[in-house]
Amino acid sequence: MRMLINVPETIVADALRGMAAAHPDLTVDVENRVIVRRDAPVSGKVGLVSGGGSGHEPLHGGFVGRGMLTAACPGEVFTSPVPDQMVRAAAAVDSGAGVLFVVKNYTGDVLNFDMAAELAEEEDIRIAKVVVNDDVAVTDSLYTAGRRGTGATLFVEKLAGAAAEEGEPLERVAEIAKRVNEHSRSFGVALSACTTPAKGSPTFDLPPGQLELGVGIHGEPGRERRAMMTSREIADYAVDAILDDRRPTGPVLVLVNGMGATPLLELYGFNAEVQRVLAQRGVVVARTLVGNYVTSLDMAGCSVTLCQIDEELLRLWDAPVQTAALRWGC
Amino acid sequence: MPDTLDAELFRRWMDAMAAAVEREAERLTELDSAIGDADHGSNLRRGFTAVAGALEKETPETPGAVLTLAGRTLISTVGGASGPLYGTLLRRTGKELGDATAVSREELARALGAGVGAVARLGGAQPGDKTMLDALLPAVDALGSSFDAARVAADAGALATVPLQARKGRASYLGERSIGHQDPGATSAALLIGALAEVAA
Repeated sequence: MRMLINVPETIVADALRGMAAAHPDLTVDVENRVIVRRDAPVSGKVGLVSGGGSGHEPLHGGFVGRGMLTAACPGEVFTSPVPDQMVRAAAAVDSGAGVLFVVKNYTGDVLNFDMAAELAEEEDIRIAKVVVNDDVAVTDSLYTAGRRGTGATLFVEKLAGAAAEEGEPLERVAEIAKRVNEHSRSFGVALSACTTPAKGSPTFDLPPGQLELGVGIHGEPGRERRAMMTSREIADYAVDAILDDRRPTGPVLVLVNGMGATPLLELYGFNAEVQRVLAQRGVVVARTLVGNYVTSLDMAGCSVTLCQIDEELLRLWDAPVQTAALRWGC
Repeated sequence: MPDTLDAELFRRWMDAMAAAVEREAERLTELDSAIGDADHGSNLRRGFTAVAGALEKETPETPGAVLTLAGRTLISTVGGASGPLYGTLLRRTGKELGDATAVSREELARALGAGVGAVARLGGAQPGDKTMLDALLPAVDALGSSFDAARVAADAGALATVPLQARKGRASYLGERSIGHQDPGATSAALLIGALAEVAA
């Protein structure tokens, strides 16, 4: 695998220096690995801090800005950041109105954010936390680490971020974040494995001509492997997996997300199939977003996320957002 | 074999662990590639290199202080699940050892038992869940007899994770497909116990 890097050890720092150069409205602390809105803390407003392993760009750093995250903490590739980063981010964004941690449900992320919450509270920063766990491919039971956080993270960060921008208090912002997570479900498919820079070879073995149904955003396996399917067949499978788990009773936001190596041409074609199945199943689509937002390095494949919305959530979705990766209404 | 273990021995333990992780990093990453996300070796290497550096800079004077500093450094540098878990293991063990300038093997065994207990609570894992506990729990029991018995028990515990199905962490998503692979966390935990046996011998 050929990679556009110098050495694997500096890949995160290199990317942060490049982000700083491209986005002057962000304060990027390369040394301590924290990306902060330049105008933070924003007086009277709740701060939103997220973070996670690198390799899922634009998540999370690309979502820092007005109307979404106030700060993000990138870890090593596919490795949760450390509590020091999160505490530093919380201190940088807290205006006195408190800070919401948006945490994807992986053992490492949860442990590190929990430790950070304790440390931040010792510094008199009020912390609330939402754990995103939307991936229906994983059975949530005593015998797994629980459902993984994937595409719904974008919805949580956008909608809770818009609520914070409107000046809602911490309890309300946290309540909205939790509501968004509860109303969201995702399903992912891998057409090829991804390659971590440290390892230099694919992290799992997916023979040519096969796909992994229910894949996670680190290449974790899902429900089953099958011989290659068409876009139409994959859309049927993915949407039905979601609807079997939770059938929306109102209109939905749709995220058709690329895993990193699947061209937009294919993603838009896939979106047409997703919309067809949803129409056939009687699900009303309010808004659709297509693109590479929650990626898995160079994995080929896609995921579908549905989030059932109400009037308030639709208004928050349409509210202005000004980040590196998501930008409208401003 | 020394009757009492002083700060110098604990520093050498951490240095030996750093060397072991350096030596075995590729193997740990290979094991993690099979049932995880192929970064256990590089993450622990980053952490224990930082531990060796911190101990050189601060030279803590008691066994407890050595382990507390090592644990804090791991929490600040490793990330993932292994940072908080290994960090808690060493920090809690260090706190149990208190301010003593030297400790006996039995005292270390008791303190390590408390550290392992803290790891179990933090991670919510049970014996047999295919985690680092499967190497650490038998090692703590055997440490009551000798350092070498602890090393043998940890190695056996790590090897015994092969037929188990993972129930915690990222490997749990594999379900039955995790069977047949040795757990990377149990393997690195056996390295930690092996490093102790090496310097205490």
